[in-house]
Amino acid sequence: MNWPHWIIVPVVLPLAAGCLALLLDARWPRAVARLSVAVNFALLALAEYLASVAATGVVTPYLLGNWRAPFGIALALDRLSALMLVLTAVVAVGAVLYARGGSAKGAHDARGRHFHALFQFQLMGLNGAFLTADLFNLFVFFEVLLIASYGLLLHGAGAARLRASVHYVVFNLTGSALFLIAVALLYGLTGTLNMADLALRVPALGAEAAAPVQSAALILIVVFGVKAALLPLYFWLPDTYSAATAPVAALFAIMTKVGVYCIARVTTLIFGADAGPAAEVADPWLPALAMATLVLATFGALAAARLRLLVAYLVVSSAGLLLLAIGVGSAPAVGAALFYLFNSTFVAAALFLLVDSIASERGEARDALIPAPLGYRAAYGVLFCVLAMEAAGVPPMGGFLGKALLLAATVDHAMASAIWVVVLITALGFIVALARAGSTVFWKAADANPMQTLAARPAPGERAALAWLTAAIVATVLNAGTIGRYTKAAAAQLLARSAYIEAVLGAEPIPPLWNPRAEITHR
Amino acid sequence: MEALLAVFVGVLTGTGVYLLLRARTFDVVIGLTLLSYAVNVTIFLTGRITVAKPPIIDPTVASTLADYADPLPQALVLTAIVISFAMTALLLVIALVARAATGTDHVDGEEPGADPEASG
Amino acid sequence: MTLLLLAALPFAGAFFVGLLPPTARRAAAWASGFVALAACALLIALAPQVFAGEVPRWAVEWMPALGLAFGFRLDGLGWLFALLICGIGALIVVYAAYYLDTNDPGRRFFLFLLLFMGAMLGIVLADNLLLLVVYWEATSLSSFLLIGYWNTRRDAREGARMALAITGGGGLALLGGVLLIGHIVGSFQLDAVLAAGDMIRASPLYLPALLLVLLGAFTKSAQFPFHFWLPHAMAAPTPVSAYLHSATMVKAGVFLLARLYPALGHSDLWFWCVASTGLATLLIGAYLAIFQHDLKGLLAYSTISHLGLITLLFGLDQPLAIVAGVFHILNHATFKASLFMAAGIIDHETGTRDMRLLHSLRKSMPWTTTLAIIASAAMAGVPLLNGFLSKEMFFAEAAAVQGGGLMWWLLPLGATVAGVFSVAYSTRFIHDVFFNDGQATQIPKTPHEPPRFLRVPVEVLVIVCLAVGILPGVTIGAILEVGARAALGAPLPAYSLAIWHGFTLAVAMSIIALAGGALLYFGLHRFIDLHRVIHIPRGGRELAVFAATRVLVSARSMTAALQTGSLQRYLMLLVALAVVAGALPFVAAGELSWQVPRGLPMLTPVGIPVIAIGLVGIGAALGTAFDFQRRSLALIVLGAVGLVVSLLFVYLSAPDLALTQLLAEMATIVLMMLALNWLPQSSPAERTNRNKSGHLGLAVAAGTGMGLFVFLILMQPVDSISPYFLETAVPQGGGSNVVNVILVDYRGFDTLGEITVLGIAALIVAALLGGAPLLRLGPEPDEPPSERNAHPLMLQIVSRLLLPLALLVTIYLLLRGHNLPGGGFIAGLVMAIALILLSVAHGVEWVDARMQGRYLRWVATGLLLAGLTGIGSWLVQHPFLTSTYKYWTLPMIGPVPLASAAVFDIGVFLTTVGAVLTMLTSLGRLAAISKGAR
Repeated sequence: MNWPHWIIVPVVLPLAAGCLALLLDARWPRAVARLSVAVNFALLALAEYLASVAATGVVTPYLLGNWRAPFGIALALDRLSALMLVLTAVVAVGAVLYARGGSAKGAHDARGRHFHALFQFQLMGLNGAFLTADLFNLFVFFEVLLIASYGLLLHGAGAARLRASVHYVVFNLTGSALFLIAVALLYGLTGTLNMADLALRVPALGAEAAAPVQSAALILIVVFGVKAALLPLYFWLPDTYSAATAPVAALFAIMTKVGVYCIARVTTLIFGADAGPAAEVADPWLPALAMATLVLATFGALAAARLRLLVAYLVVSSAGLLLLAIGVGSAPAVGAALFYLFNSTFVAAALFLLVDSIASERGEARDALIPAPLGYRAAYGVLFCVLAMEAAGVPPMGGFLGKALLLAATVDHAMASAIWVVVLITALGFIVALARAGSTVFWKAADANPMQTLAARPAPGERAALAWLTAAIVATVLNAGTIGRYTKAAAAQLLARSAYIEAVLGAEPIPPLWNPRAEITHR
Repeated sequence: MEALLAVFVGVLTGTGVYLLLRARTFDVVIGLTLLSYAVNVTIFLTGRITVAKPPIIDPTVASTLADYADPLPQALVLTAIVISFAMTALLLVIALVARAATGTDHVDGEEPGADPEASG
Repeated sequence: MTLLLLAALPFAGAFFVGLLPPTARRAAAWASGFVALAACALLIALAPQVFAGEVPRWAVEWMPALGLAFGFRLDGLGWLFALLICGIGALIVVYAAYYLDTNDPGRRFFLFLLLFMGAMLGIVLADNLLLLVVYWEATSLSSFLLIGYWNTRRDAREGARMALAITGGGGLALLGGVLLIGHIVGSFQLDAVLAAGDMIRASPLYLPALLLVLLGAFTKSAQFPFHFWLPHAMAAPTPVSAYLHSATMVKAGVFLLARLYPALGHSDLWFWCVASTGLATLLIGAYLAIFQHDLKGLLAYSTISHLGLITLLFGLDQPLAIVAGVFHILNHATFKASLFMAAGIIDHETGTRDMRLLHSLRKSMPWTTTLAIIASAAMAGVPLLNGFLSKEMFFAEAAAVQGGGLMWWLLPLGATVAGVFSVAYSTRFIHDVFFNDGQATQIPKTPHEPPRFLRVPVEVLVIVCLAVGILPGVTIGAILEVGARAALGAPLPAYSLAIWHGFTLAVAMSIIALAGGALLYFGLHRFIDLHRVIHIPRGGRELAVFAATRVLVSARSMTAALQTGSLQRYLMLLVALAVVAGALPFVAAGELSWQVPRGLPMLTPVGIPVIAIGLVGIGAALGTAFDFQRRSLALIVLGAVGLVVSLLFVYLSAPDLALTQLLAEMATIVLMMLALNWLPQSSPAERTNRNKSGHLGLAVAAGTGMGLFVFLILMQPVDSISPYFLETAVPQGGGSNVVNVILVDYRGFDTLGEITVLGIAALIVAALLGGAPLLRLGPEPDEPPSERNAHPLMLQIVSRLLLPLALLVTIYLLLRGHNLPGGGFIAGLVMAIALILLSVAHGVEWVDARMQGRYLRWVATGLLLAGLTGIGSWLVQHPFLTSTYKYWTLPMIGPVPLASAAVFDIGVFLTTVGAVLTMLTSLGRLAAISKGAR
């Protein structure tokens, strides 16, 4: 198993699969779909393997083009990036299974062109972003995953989707411009792009560079805030996510987490406690904004008139909670955030899919929060109840464990009382919101006769996807012990920095096969 | 030179932002294009100012930053140009199709004053 | 292990019931009954250990990181409560089996009931405070489901939601409190916590911890001011009410008080908080109970008042009071359960629970009457019944409060008054329903005795009431002792369960209560006809509903205010935030001047022409901004800006950039020209100009900021990593055009990503334009320029020569790229633009015919090629994208590296050509089609 190239495969495999899909999907759509599913499972297995490698605590570098860091582009696999790979793979499997299954209107992946190609490219972008140790390369993978997400969002067209995507695309293009500005500033000041190298060079900067480097840091956090849906940058999200087709929305559940991941990465590695002139630039803005996000997202959920919107606000609120924990920045808090990542990601994905299935059973009413006849009430009801518990952080689900971890981690924090009040009250808010929604959809509909529902029984693919994600959620609850240990270690590794920096900058290229210098001398 | 370039970038950014904030898709596209110019020039300038020293190695000249322009920012800008070209093209087409579907080229997919419900 | 079995049994049962068909009511009932009885059996089996003072345990790790263990312990208190839960649970099952209507979904009922039972058992068995919280919220949730059982009824749904909101919220508070306790003690294990009482009381966090825990306990046990959810939980089927009000749910609250008393008690704070709350609840509940017309309503308020009594007892912080509290928990459970069942029977047989309609049922259902009378007598505290004993103890404790102060006289008084009230409402219950023959109202159904098994549970409970009341020592003594000892966490004080302790103050209070109560009721009955008093308690519920609606409304308005769906607004926020983020550090650091190092480095000199060009660029940019409304013009000016940028690149020694910029520029402009065919030629003036000044300000701010950034950067020295590239490009990269070497080698991975982006863009464009929406494009496509001057002849002739030429140039650029300006992307753009010219000249079809336009294939192939070159290096055990090369000398071109990097560059080339052509031609095709359409 100790083949050195496994790390790059999560990027290359989806790229290849995407190209093949592009070449073949006109002629053999079914084969392409099967390929896509297979690749997703392969990626999952791979992510699990990489996680098992990272779990040992070693940071595995990979020098692309065999150039020594910081000159070439390096990848680095640490506990955090491995964790993100696993999350992505799990969600992706759920999404692709669901896309294969169709409802009344036929298979989801057949409602537009090149679904699976775009899907694979999206995965390539995500995995690349999680693995790269180079700031500009991170930008490139951001663009890859963004442009793929534009395509996926447009999947199935329709006026609402086009409206949403105009907003989404323009907003994110502006974000990308900002990203480049921040990168330019950092290069202009430090003369490097490699994040490990930046981690060494930023603290070394003189006082005259303090202000600009802080600006760069803050702008960078704003950029990631766009992806992570931080107040006041999340307003585009609810409409966009609720406009996307279900499998796409489910995959997007990981998109906000990219922003969260990047903030976690840079605020610990580059702008952490010992970053000299740029130390802790995000304090106290990040936790404050995060709390505001959490509160407003709860309001949004209470106000939501459609299930999809409700779920979208769930995504925002979980991002708020994560950023709050990361903003607090202590090892236990970050650990809590990483643990909470699991459930918040899975449950958002699962709920988007479930809501879609339910909507397809409710005829005209779709996912509007009005009483309407609903087939398979019992089954949907049970599933919704479980997922809602998870989402609102009701015990014994993982959301509860994560929140408990966070609260326990912030008892001594300066803002402890504020954090506690916000976290607990918003939890109650979501309990109320979800209870209202549930009682409307499942109870007020009780008198309707299940026999007379319009849509057919959910397709096998859809059922498989829901089962898969629910299983993942339950698994995280049962393995809370193991996962808790892993996330704790990951947080520690993140804050320690040294392992990462040494691994990346210390990596030795493999000696070339022959020395081509002889070739040139004669010129 | 520095001042001139600073002003140039400033103007590009300013005009870009202003057009970015317009209400019609096409104007927004132009704005983003200007903005990307500004960004590209900025990245490029992080290699500082070097006149008439293209980074094409001449074996007879010592390979130092004193004798060649900084190649790295140039490479970055090249990548950035390609990406922004792709993005602009895509946004243009989305704008087209959006107009076809919604009957307006307003960025919110509806003429101002139309019923807010439509904004989905 | 037995403990695990005990705790898991109900959930296993629930699972089994869940597998049954929805209508299998009998089977579900049998299963549930079996579960309850089996649990009882297990408890009996464990009794010897517990009574011997042992504490059986069972535990496994769950989440050490949180300090959460999945473990159970069974001490006296837990055992006593578990017995209540399972014992009364069993009776409830029997009762429900006969009570439920045949068309009620029986499976669901018993499923929820078992879940609830399991959750309650968990609370009393949990060995870990966090685990207790877990089960605590589980009871909130399962009671939500039970209360909302008849979910087509509005009151059921509302009652359920209110119960969930109040008790669930309380659960969150409890979580907070428990976490604080854990933080103080360093463990959530019950033994550690119970042993750490002094540490907790000494901690500065004691106050918040206590308040949060009490919040949890009080919401659950319906203490004032949270009592209001309980009456609304009446919407539940009667068996559920009987269960929730007697042995479970509300009792969970007082159980928590008992459980944590050793850790949190023994302080004035505890005394004042708990005792005063208890007293208030006791009085308010008892008073309101008198004026209820609904049987269940009366019982509900009496429950509230009795729980107030128990809370008060725990609040008194006296050993004997604790004993009395535990005792009353038992007694209340028995008589309240039986009373609810009786009320249910009456409802069932008469079709109403309204005491204004009911009367003289003793004639039609004498046996039920007898049972109900005994039970309510127990509730009133009549001697020889269990209620009397605990009430006696309560009075004694209330009277025994020491140390003057408010409570010294308030408690005995309050206790007596409450006693009076409770006698009054108990009397009303009996008199109104079974006697009161003066009444001449029509009862919906002609009442008769209920079926045998609907009555059995009541009989059992009433017998218990009597047995305990008459022979307390024999029947309850041991159980009470073991329970109270565990609650007290200390050796028990001396107490006797005798019925008669001689004439004490307590006896006097009892007599006053009995006499006064009777007088009060009949007085009210005689002088102000109770039936006409409509005394629905205002406050709690209304407040909650009001608050809820307020929150909802403000949530809606706030969300609407934020979520305007206006992109301009969102973008403004983004840009503004970015400007703030950029400016903040400078503002914080004070003025800018220090930024420029002392002894300003010599500014680069600059010639007039450069300045001129620069000014042109600036002017053009401004022009674009001011004249954006005339679009074609704006495009041309924009082109000028792009031109200036590429000139700048030339001047500042970046030939590759200049070329790329120029070509990309051309491609972009062509795209925009084509796009303008389907967009208005000019943008209308915006109606809402209020933001315009804001936009301008923002633009100026952003511009200034960027300008300053650039200036700062240019002013600052830096040691960059770039020298490495200059040094190694030729020897190790095998190319003298460093930029290109960086692109295909050092940072080839970036390029791979970049062409992927390009490819995906093309893919999406094709998907968008290639699909159905084509002809719907419009609404009224303005004249495409390609019409006005269709295929000028001159261009046609030139362009025929152009293609081969372009190909040649392309190959040249591609090959030399590694050493001189050029390379895959530039070559690709040249090729593409040449073909575009052709398509302008001859129409898209002409080009398509020659390229058999499946450009997306080019994209995919190019990407694959690039990727494969990367993978190729694996074969030689080198990392992805490692390039190796040899020099070959070609005529005219000179030595070219046959580097794998070059193959990679070919991939770039293919992708570029494919992508650009896909975009341009799919737009061009549109032109063709819409031409054809007209």
